[in-house]
Amino acid sequence: MFTLMPPMAVADIEGGKQVLRRANGAEPSSLDPQLTTGTWESAIVADLFEGLLARDAAGGSIPGVAESWDVSDDGLHYTFHLRDDAKWSDGTPLTADDFVYAWRRILSPELAAPYAYMLYPILNARAYNQGEQPANALGVKASDDHTLSVTLARPTGYFLEMLSHASTYPVPRTAIERYGSDWTKPGHMISNGAFELTEWVSHDHIAAVKNPDFHDAANVALDEVRFLPIDDGRAALNRFRAGEVDMTSSVPTDRIEWARENLPDALHETPTLATFYFAFNQRPGSVLDDPRIREALNLAVRRDIITTQITKLNQPLAYSLVPTAISHYDGPEFDFAREPMAERLAEAKALMQDAGYGPDHPLHLTIDYITNQDTKRIPVAMAAMWKPLGVEVTLTNSDAAVYYSKLRQGDFQIGMAPWNADYNDASNFLDLFRTGVPNNHSGYSNADYDAMMERASNELDLDKRAQLMADAEGILLDDYAMLPLYFYIRPALVSPSLSGWKESPMDDHLSRWMHFEDPE
Amino acid sequence: MLIYTLKRLLQAIPTLLIVITISFFLMRVAPGGPFDGERQLPPEIEANLMAAYHLDEPLPMQYLRYMGNLLQGDFGPSFKYKDFSVTELIMQGFPVSLEIGGLAILLALIIGLPLGIAAAIKRNSTVDYLVMGTALTGIAVPNFVIAPIFALVFGVLLGWLPAGGWNGGALPNLVLPVVALSIQQIAYIARMMRASMIEVLGSHFIRTARAKGLNEGEVIWRHAIRPALLPVMSYLGPAIAGIITGSVVIEQIFGIPGIGRYFVQGALNRDYTLVMGTVVFYGVLIVLMNLIVDLLYSALDPQIRYDD
Amino acid sequence: MTSESKPYSGEQRDGAPLPAGGPNPPRAPEPEAGAAPIGESLARDAWRRLSQNRAAMASLALLIAIIVVCIVGPWLLPWGLAEVDWNAFGTGPTLEGAHYLGTDANGRDLLTRVLYGGRISLSVALVASLVSLVIGVLYGAISGYLGGRVDNYMMRFVDIMYSLPFMFMVILLMVVFGRNIFLIYAAIGAVEWLDMARIVRGQTLALKRREFIEAAHALGVRDTKIVTRHLIPNAIGPVIIYVTLTVPKVILLESFLSFLGLGVQEPLTSWGVLISEGVDMMESAPWMLLVPSFFLAATLFCLNFLGDGLRDALDPRTR
Repeated sequence: MFTLMPPMAVADIEGGKQVLRRANGAEPSSLDPQLTTGTWESAIVADLFEGLLARDAAGGSIPGVAESWDVSDDGLHYTFHLRDDAKWSDGTPLTADDFVYAWRRILSPELAAPYAYMLYPILNARAYNQGEQPANALGVKASDDHTLSVTLARPTGYFLEMLSHASTYPVPRTAIERYGSDWTKPGHMISNGAFELTEWVSHDHIAAVKNPDFHDAANVALDEVRFLPIDDGRAALNRFRAGEVDMTSSVPTDRIEWARENLPDALHETPTLATFYFAFNQRPGSVLDDPRIREALNLAVRRDIITTQITKLNQPLAYSLVPTAISHYDGPEFDFAREPMAERLAEAKALMQDAGYGPDHPLHLTIDYITNQDTKRIPVAMAAMWKPLGVEVTLTNSDAAVYYSKLRQGDFQIGMAPWNADYNDASNFLDLFRTGVPNNHSGYSNADYDAMMERASNELDLDKRAQLMADAEGILLDDYAMLPLYFYIRPALVSPSLSGWKESPMDDHLSRWMHFEDPE
Repeated sequence: MLIYTLKRLLQAIPTLLIVITISFFLMRVAPGGPFDGERQLPPEIEANLMAAYHLDEPLPMQYLRYMGNLLQGDFGPSFKYKDFSVTELIMQGFPVSLEIGGLAILLALIIGLPLGIAAAIKRNSTVDYLVMGTALTGIAVPNFVIAPIFALVFGVLLGWLPAGGWNGGALPNLVLPVVALSIQQIAYIARMMRASMIEVLGSHFIRTARAKGLNEGEVIWRHAIRPALLPVMSYLGPAIAGIITGSVVIEQIFGIPGIGRYFVQGALNRDYTLVMGTVVFYGVLIVLMNLIVDLLYSALDPQIRYDD
Repeated sequence: MTSESKPYSGEQRDGAPLPAGGPNPPRAPEPEAGAAPIGESLARDAWRRLSQNRAAMASLALLIAIIVVCIVGPWLLPWGLAEVDWNAFGTGPTLEGAHYLGTDANGRDLLTRVLYGGRISLSVALVASLVSLVIGVLYGAISGYLGGRVDNYMMRFVDIMYSLPFMFMVILLMVVFGRNIFLIYAAIGAVEWLDMARIVRGQTLALKRREFIEAAHALGVRDTKIVTRHLIPNAIGPVIIYVTLTVPKVILLESFLSFLGLGVQEPLTSWGVLISEGVDMMESAPWMLLVPSFFLAATLFCLNFLGDGLRDALDPRTR
């Protein structure tokens, strides 16, 4: 239909200034790095603050506030050497004490930070967060202004990886003590990142200007970044086409093919570290406690149809839980992954028959899902794919709050469970299936698996650790513990005149690396 | 009349108290809580959160705490938008919604009333069918359809107006959302105005007026419009309360920072304090608007009296 | 991390406005007509007048045709409601595969779905507007007729109902009664009657001072009879107009309830749900929006002209 080519954004340089306008997924629930939880919040906070480590344009870890670090042989002691020129945006020096303050703050029971658990690998962190230990028991000490020593409770392979996560950023003690919960407002906030906050009108925009006190300010080209909370994918696309924003973090499903054709220079489809899978409730007594049924359901789903016809993003098909793009990890996949569909279907039917079900004696299952125009198409398609097995599916949608409360209570049979990695490590996915952990929705419990994961988490050698985790995932897949569908691809539109935007598997795109080419 | 008005305003207090009380408990017994999200939190963190928001107290205790704060004018901090208090959010967003909604109503009256009157006078003529056909199309096409079409056509393909954004309320940014919001109102007002004009024009006293030899223009202008306006007014009371408190669809599609989204998203997020804030705010508006309508009843038709 | 929140697209609060209050002062007192009971002869009389109204009769015929097609059509079409054509995801209208109006994003025949959806939407519209009609008219007439303190209490109750957060009422309904399609009717009726009650009350306040009501009163006619025989029939005009305005509102409100999980569940669908799905696909697959919108619009046009005709036919003055 409407294939008219719109004028692209030409002048993003307002009055000689470089101003980047980013369509950001939604209004942030907070700009306090210790209270944020969503990707759209991290995008803003990562421009305003910097942790011990930072991320380069492609999402790789690079030194941030810490210039260098040493790790003890037992993997329990980390010493970070902070850069001399680390400063807050008010010009005061940023010291190791600021990190001690920040980490004690996020773990304090009073702050009730949802992501406090990210810091649980630190010695006594959990106990302090539960109010069982005082703050000074926490394994974080400032040896001097520029040296921070951290003691972990146990070796943690991904510890460095998580130091660029928002929950570990330093926060400004002076501003917090002076303004309380109002410290994140423009004029109050002091930050240490490449940009400093100047405006925040709820649901309208957030503006941040270049921070001259940032240690790498010389290499920051943009003068200002504006984040627009646009939660409607079509609205974001419209405004990109109208030249009102320079980048978006989404493209609506029905416009992907159009964008490939009409905006090839602007469209980026980046694989990210996230898995879309369905959880099987396999608590004792559930019909899905039977691995034959779980295997049959896995066999019969034609993942290629879902990614090409329904999501249209041609995501990598998932035959395992851990995304193949995760670093330092080479995991197994379902053994049927390469089998032709006809064989898989025959096997599935046989398994169902074995379990006592077939077209004459149908198995009734319910798929729960969150109401969302895009995701609802997937369970609808799955129901049709299972029909030949003699599976009659009831589809039940709810709003997100009802859905997740059902999931946590185990009040479901099959439910969609997307998982986005917090850090680039296989354990972030595999930990989901350890017995009794909070996000183990399916109630999966396997002593061998738990033991293997335990061994992996105590292993210091990265290769051996990866092998142990791969073995553990093998157990998970042999049990058909879940139904993985695909690994995420995030579509984004980026104005061709903007340089420095790179594809990043964690989907972080710091504005400090970007600039507009001079329009000559 | 003054005594009646004062009485009604006094009655607003128990009315709102009942609304607040029912809403408070209604919300709390609904399944799903503010912390039920994609990430299930470890129990110890959830315990901290419950304690921080006093959700670990018995419900009646929480209710008393809420009412106590409310009496001091404190709606509490939003659960979802943690850096803002509910009062800040409503005070920031309401002027925006009021501007968009107020303009939309104004536009709807300016266009809808004359159309309705014209259609009634020229009943069953081409004019009538044209106006009513257009109005019906306006009613049949909901604003979640019309708004994205406007944004696409005028914002993107033609490039005449911004595709979205508030921009501090600049005129070009107002046009599309105001027009999109008013279309349905125009249709409703035209439809109702036509119907009531037809009733009035067929009534006894208009026939009497005509019999007195007044010309038709005078009959319509002097005698028919005023009584015919009354049902439109009574429609507008609660409708205005709804429109000036924003529209989630218009706000999302055009990126307008109003309060309409809080009604829907607040409930979806189980943002208890924000939901209560919107309930109180909307309740006050409804009570006021219905009072104004009742006063208008007797102002426009002296036969209507409130004797109690 | 939750990364997108999808806006819900069938909003309930603003789109569909409130009452079409009928003309309050103007209805001329016509004692004999107003006082006449609606007897069989009057109904026949009204029908005779209605059948002379060509627009109304054409609308009635088309409306019946739509209803019949929605009921019978799905049996005649080759595709089932949930049946997927694996070769036709989101294809436009085509004879190939017998998708005369195209398929949806899941490869299901759109015509089939629109017809099934029509059953839901039409029945929701019928039942919900009847519920709101009955409760609203009785409540409003009683409130307005009795007046004074009773009226005051009854209207404050309406204010309260207006102000309660609708979404939580719906979610609770779902918890208490489970997911049930008949709940949609109840939930929608429960909010829609408020408008109707306020309109009818306004009408009644104006009507009850009229000579013919006071005359009936003086003659010792019982209150229930005055309300049912005299007040309500004279308020019927604005009531009919309002009902025709309620129908689109109800049909779209249903899609909002479906969004919350209370309305229809996949694979079942409704016009409201199909339209909100179609909006998402409107640029790449416009038929997904146009087809259900056309059915909805056609129904509304018919109801409207039929409503106008009925109003004229039932008008006590013209009898």
